[in-house]
Amino acid sequence: MSDHSALVKPDDILCFTTMRNEKIRLPYFLKYYRDQGVDHFFIVDNDSGDGSLEYLMEQPDVSVWHTNKSYKRARFGVDWLNWLQMKYAHGHWALVVDPDEFLIYPFCDTRPIRALTDWLDASSIKSFSAMLLDMYPKGRIDAQPYREGQNPLEITSWFDAGNYMINKNKTFGNLWIQGGPRARSFFKDKPEKAPALNKIPLVKWDRKYTYVSSTHMLLPRGLNLVYDEWGGEKASGVLLHTKFLDTFTQKAAEELERRQHYSASVEYRAYAESLKDNPDLWCKWSEKYINWRQLEILGLMSKGNWA
Amino acid sequence: MSGVGIIMLVHTAFERAEQVARHWNAAGCPVVIHVDEAVSRKAFASFKTKLSDLTDIRFSSRHRCEWGSWGIVAATQEASELMLGRFPEVRHVYLASGSCLPLRPVEELIDYLAERPNTDFIESATTADVPWTVGGLDEERFTLRFPFSWKRHRILFDGYVALQRRLRFSRKMPNGLTPHMGSQWWCLTRQTLSGILEDPDRKLYDRYFKRVWIPDESYFQTLARQRSQKIESRSLTLSKFDFQGKPHIFYDDHLQLLRRSDCFVARKIWPHANRLYEVFLAAKDSPASRTEPNPGKIDRIFAKAVDRRTRGRPGLYMQSRFPNHGWENGTTSGQYSVLQGFADLFEAFEPWFAKATGARVHGHLFAPDKAHYAGAQGVINGALSDSASVRDYNPRAFLTSLIWNTRGERQCFQFGPADNQDLTWTMAGDPNAQISVISGAWAVPLFRSNKNFGELRAEAAELQKIESEFLNVLRSPHSKARIRIWTMADFIENPMEHLQTILDEIGFKSLRRLTEAPKMNDLTGFGQFLQNLKNQGMHPYLMGDFPVVGSPVGLQHPTPKPYLVKK
Repeated sequence: MSDHSALVKPDDILCFTTMRNEKIRLPYFLKYYRDQGVDHFFIVDNDSGDGSLEYLMEQPDVSVWHTNKSYKRARFGVDWLNWLQMKYAHGHWALVVDPDEFLIYPFCDTRPIRALTDWLDASSIKSFSAMLLDMYPKGRIDAQPYREGQNPLEITSWFDAGNYMINKNKTFGNLWIQGGPRARSFFKDKPEKAPALNKIPLVKWDRKYTYVSSTHMLLPRGLNLVYDEWGGEKASGVLLHTKFLDTFTQKAAEELERRQHYSASVEYRAYAESLKDNPDLWCKWSEKYINWRQLEILGLMSKGNWA
Repeated sequence: MSGVGIIMLVHTAFERAEQVARHWNAAGCPVVIHVDEAVSRKAFASFKTKLSDLTDIRFSSRHRCEWGSWGIVAATQEASELMLGRFPEVRHVYLASGSCLPLRPVEELIDYLAERPNTDFIESATTADVPWTVGGLDEERFTLRFPFSWKRHRILFDGYVALQRRLRFSRKMPNGLTPHMGSQWWCLTRQTLSGILEDPDRKLYDRYFKRVWIPDESYFQTLARQRSQKIESRSLTLSKFDFQGKPHIFYDDHLQLLRRSDCFVARKIWPHANRLYEVFLAAKDSPASRTEPNPGKIDRIFAKAVDRRTRGRPGLYMQSRFPNHGWENGTTSGQYSVLQGFADLFEAFEPWFAKATGARVHGHLFAPDKAHYAGAQGVINGALSDSASVRDYNPRAFLTSLIWNTRGERQCFQFGPADNQDLTWTMAGDPNAQISVISGAWAVPLFRSNKNFGELRAEAAELQKIESEFLNVLRSPHSKARIRIWTMADFIENPMEHLQTILDEIGFKSLRRLTEAPKMNDLTGFGQFLQNLKNQGMHPYLMGDFPVVGSPVGLQHPTPKPYLVKK
């Protein structure tokens, strides 16, 4: 629809996103990643009807594609992005995030993302892990309305610090992480169904690479080895997941109707049920977000040997 | 013009290199620049043009400088010859790179070196004494041959090393030199440097070092030992390496650290660290008292980073630390106590134990219905829920998270044969676990319950079987926990002494003396109860021997005397 990819320079850092009806989130999302130093955005708009497309087409550093095809058929958007990445991301550092995900990496308050990618390059590291950390407000999810342009962390400023479970996926070699408030509240009787939180969103892309399932795992398998197996810690970040805003209740109902999500939307069904009676994810032991150092101390991410 | 000449090895970030070259030059230092041959002719020409307004800048002929190869040494040799030949007033030659940044005014470096006219600053240590070896090569850097690139042809590199090892190939150092290694960034006097370059045996040495692995860290370091009048074995350039031998990089947020280090030059600086370049290249004044470099704090920070990368935080499992079995460097992050049978034998044991130890004392964390946290909480530290299904989905994650989340506070919990037994091996193998068992005490609640005897018998048999399996695990040679096992009969003979042993090991010093003992459940008739089980064909043995009639040995009514056995 609006292809500015010709402006992309050889060592630009690129961001890839797919979204539907996220107009309200876009201004802050773009600002956040522009400030971190992302040079160009590639966005697939899945048939938004809220003006997202029009808004994105006005942005000089955004290239937009529009589709009204099935999100599910496209393996939840992975196929669209894999295609775009194959075409445009070869040789670039590529970040794949949703409009409600905000990347935190070590020293992100003092160093731009290029400092990280330069360091990864110098260390011959090709992929960088950032697990999904579900953020939520204190009180009912729909209590505080989100305004366009606002930092969503002002509302969803709480998270679970230490209830994560890890298994190793033998087939792809990645870690499979579950837990957090969703496992605690929505899936406490069927924890095996709780959504995966492991993500590898930042990769020095090669056209031979491909994401297998969302950004949870990739091929070739070596890219999934973002963890140390001999006791040490590799550097990692966190994706602050600000899904649980007041916009969520409506979205959950809508998505349930469209049935375009993973596992026949089992996740959204669980939400809809739980949210009816008790839409408060907050508990006495919830942790309030301060900065990346806090997440590092809590052991949710690591500086590794970056200092 | 000053007596200090700077050689700069440049291969990237030309704008920064230009800035720094100008900075050196402005202080009166002649500069010889070597640009890697891998750099395009166009980029080289434009870099050269940009510096063409300066006098006392020379470009030496270009070599291909691949990491670990001879090219860097050859480039340094030629640049040195150019420096010594063209600038006769130079007394010290300082080897720097394009990503080096002077932290103190250049005049201070000039004065510092002028006061030490015959000193060579070059880190130089024998191979046996240095820890910084990459790929397990130390001695062998010198005794094997390395014709293949480590970066581009790793397979050939490794294969050729393996082959030479198998053939027991070994080279001898020429002229009986002792190999020395050290930082490639040195500062040598004219005398020493020219001595090395004009050595009659230089051809011999060069031929030898061409096949040495990473010769830039050993060529000058070894030969300076032959020539120097006075070696200070340290580099004036602050340069830290990570565990893979790659240099650490400095960013804007290191400003204060670098400033306080009092080092003359630091590397590597991230080319986009605008603030570092602004601040340090502008600095004119400096605190009067500064003399010797003091990089202690920076050393500690980078040492910690290496430690985090190689050893990590014990007991932490997360997205970028998931150790293979046996490599955890600590299964859990802190000590904890597992108590089996105590809550069965004593009334209100948990609050008593909490008071006696100052620790957090939970109920049965692995009970079938839910995790019974202290204070009957539904969620505890880290938002860990009490749901049994979440816990049983990954019990190991549950335990390690619990211990990690409560760092700084000792955790104690009740355990028993009715609980989930998945973690018995994990806990028995964990040196952080203190496991105390009163075997057979599970019979006490049965004895006090109001169930039909048939049910009781079946349950007793089941619990005994499970507990006996647990005891086998605890007694296995693989267990590393601190383990104590008493039969119930043994324990009640002298309960306070045994409790005291556990308390002493936990090591909590209470300000108040313990004034009360926990109250033991009334065991009158317990012997008969066991006999009844026996009569039904079940054989309860884990609790030890209880007489059929009267009170158990050592127990007089009313319940035990309320004082502690003191040591």
